[in-house]
Amino acid sequence: MANTGEAVKAAPWRDPSARAYVEIERVTKSFGDFKAVDDVSLKIYKGEIFCLLGASGCGKTTLLRMLGGFEAPSSGRILIDGEDMTGVPPYERPVNMMFQSYALFPHMNVEQNVAFGLKQDRVPKAEIAERVATMLELVKLGGFAKRKPHQLSGGQRQRVALARSLVKRPKVLLLDEPLGALDKKLREHTQFELIGLQDKLGVTFLVVTHDQEEAMTLASRIGVMDHGEIVQAGTPSEIYEFPSSKFVADFVGSVNIFEGKLLEDEPEYVRIASDELGAAIYVSHGISAAPEATVWAAIRPEKIFMSTAPPESSGHGTDNVVRGAVQDIAYLGDLSIYLVKLPTGKVVRVTQPNTSRHAEAITWEQQVYLSWDASSPVVVTR
Amino acid sequence: MRALRPLRKIGISGRGLVVTLPYLWLLLFFVVPFVIVLKISFSDIDLAIPPYKPLIEWVGKNSMAIKVNLNNYAFLFTDSLYIHAFLNSIKVAFISTLLCLIIGYPIAYGIARSTARTRNILLLLVVLPFWTSLLLRVYAWIGLLKANGVINNILIWLGVIHEPITMLYTPFAMYVGIVYSYLPFLILPLYANLEKMDWQLLEAAEDLGCRPWQAFYKITLPLSRNGILAGSMLVFIPAVGEFVIPALLGGPNALMIGRVLWDEFFSNRAWPVASSVAILLLILLVPFMMWYQSVQARESAGQR
Repeated sequence: MANTGEAVKAAPWRDPSARAYVEIERVTKSFGDFKAVDDVSLKIYKGEIFCLLGASGCGKTTLLRMLGGFEAPSSGRILIDGEDMTGVPPYERPVNMMFQSYALFPHMNVEQNVAFGLKQDRVPKAEIAERVATMLELVKLGGFAKRKPHQLSGGQRQRVALARSLVKRPKVLLLDEPLGALDKKLREHTQFELIGLQDKLGVTFLVVTHDQEEAMTLASRIGVMDHGEIVQAGTPSEIYEFPSSKFVADFVGSVNIFEGKLLEDEPEYVRIASDELGAAIYVSHGISAAPEATVWAAIRPEKIFMSTAPPESSGHGTDNVVRGAVQDIAYLGDLSIYLVKLPTGKVVRVTQPNTSRHAEAITWEQQVYLSWDASSPVVVTR
Repeated sequence: MRALRPLRKIGISGRGLVVTLPYLWLLLFFVVPFVIVLKISFSDIDLAIPPYKPLIEWVGKNSMAIKVNLNNYAFLFTDSLYIHAFLNSIKVAFISTLLCLIIGYPIAYGIARSTARTRNILLLLVVLPFWTSLLLRVYAWIGLLKANGVINNILIWLGVIHEPITMLYTPFAMYVGIVYSYLPFLILPLYANLEKMDWQLLEAAEDLGCRPWQAFYKITLPLSRNGILAGSMLVFIPAVGEFVIPALLGGPNALMIGRVLWDEFFSNRAWPVASSVAILLLILLVPFMMWYQSVQARESAGQR
């Protein structure tokens, strides 16, 4: 399940006239010689769950902290709902942050923690009580109002942190690895809760995560970051099916990448000669690259068919078919991962769903044919 | 382990020894002297060596009389000097603690928030004075504060003043001495407390609408409460009974209970009265020590 909120159905990022809710304009942040964030521009629309995805140290947290006001950009500016945030301190920004460590105040109980921001804004007492109670119900912590943080489980603390940052009804909620401290089962469950909550409240979420699965589940759009730059931004399926570079293809999901040279470059198709693969790759869409250029064809493991008999001809001669020997098998229950070694020495990763309980199993050392549809490979030039 | 085996046979284990040692120490160097002082405080003054009458007297064969003399204690409440001295000591200790807190809190906070490298240097600077004797350091203050001392000379040379200011043998000099001497005792426990602080909490507070000073007041201050209490007790308790600094810097008018005790003991050779002053001082400080203990226990239990 991906985000199904109204904003996502409308896909405002495809509409050039749509007004961005958060605008990051050519923002750079340097620490000495090191550029943590390097000339990032980004538009985030109202009601989105935008995920910044990247390995640790890629600058995603620094970018988030600049939105929160904890770091000032070295250059560039950030606008939230049309207002320039330059020089606006954290306590005057219409955003709230959920910290990775949750940062709950240990000397206050759950209720006091959640009420803290409202008290700070001098909201009338009766209204504070009501809003805190409603918010605690919403995150299913109604019975825990008088507990101190150290009397709560990790999942409960996470929900207190969420309630505390949402109760002020921020324009944008910044979430720093919101599920990072939870175990796998709880994390999955919480992901859907988070989406439901966001849908209900209509708050724009900006999530930082290193977990691509988390990003895929939560996000309306993902911005993949590397070395301080956004290397690609798009919907989860765009990122997965149409990665713009080797890095993105490799970072999001697993992928087989074959280096090759452009053999034929036509508007409707291209053929790539790959020594690594030991065969030519026929791709049923045109690309823009210089002739003879080195390119890479990326093929997802689940898009490769594996058979013991030669596959039916795809109409492209010997293209898109190779032979190999099964080197390793990992049985995961719902699917199996096969590592197939080609005569060239390259190892190809193939996943096959275990649709039948008594399928004729392919075993170790077996010779197999690998083939794929001409629409499956993605050709990237960097 | 093997060496301890014969001991274990007679019921002494290694763990037993480790636990017994501090108790033995306390018995020998606290309980026994305390009992002796307590005993003297109940006896009569006498022109003898030692200058007090024994509590136990043998009257006739096989019968003894224990004479508990409460006059010494009664005397402390009849002569206003003692109550005055007690109250003044508490006042001086209280003001000194407050001054230490005002000066020490920013220092401890600054050290806790500095980088690991500078932090070590700063901590060393705080501890450095301990490498010289307290007495020497207090004497050094005489050289600084006296009429033709360093401070007056500099001020005159700068033209700020024309006549030297009388600083030595005033309450001012005494406070300078006490605050200077006890400051590290406040800084160190407070630093240890602040160092454990999660600074992200301050960012969270700012994120929720606090200005930096509000975040300090609402988050840092309550969370460092145990450090403040521990440090304050470490200053207050010894400062109440302080003798050396008031005697050297405070001059003749600095009426402190430690001073009174000294005078009774050495000048008047009134050991029983001096002892009762000591006992009363102890009774006065016990509640503070117990408070300090409970704060310490809470701190190490990690509960705030």
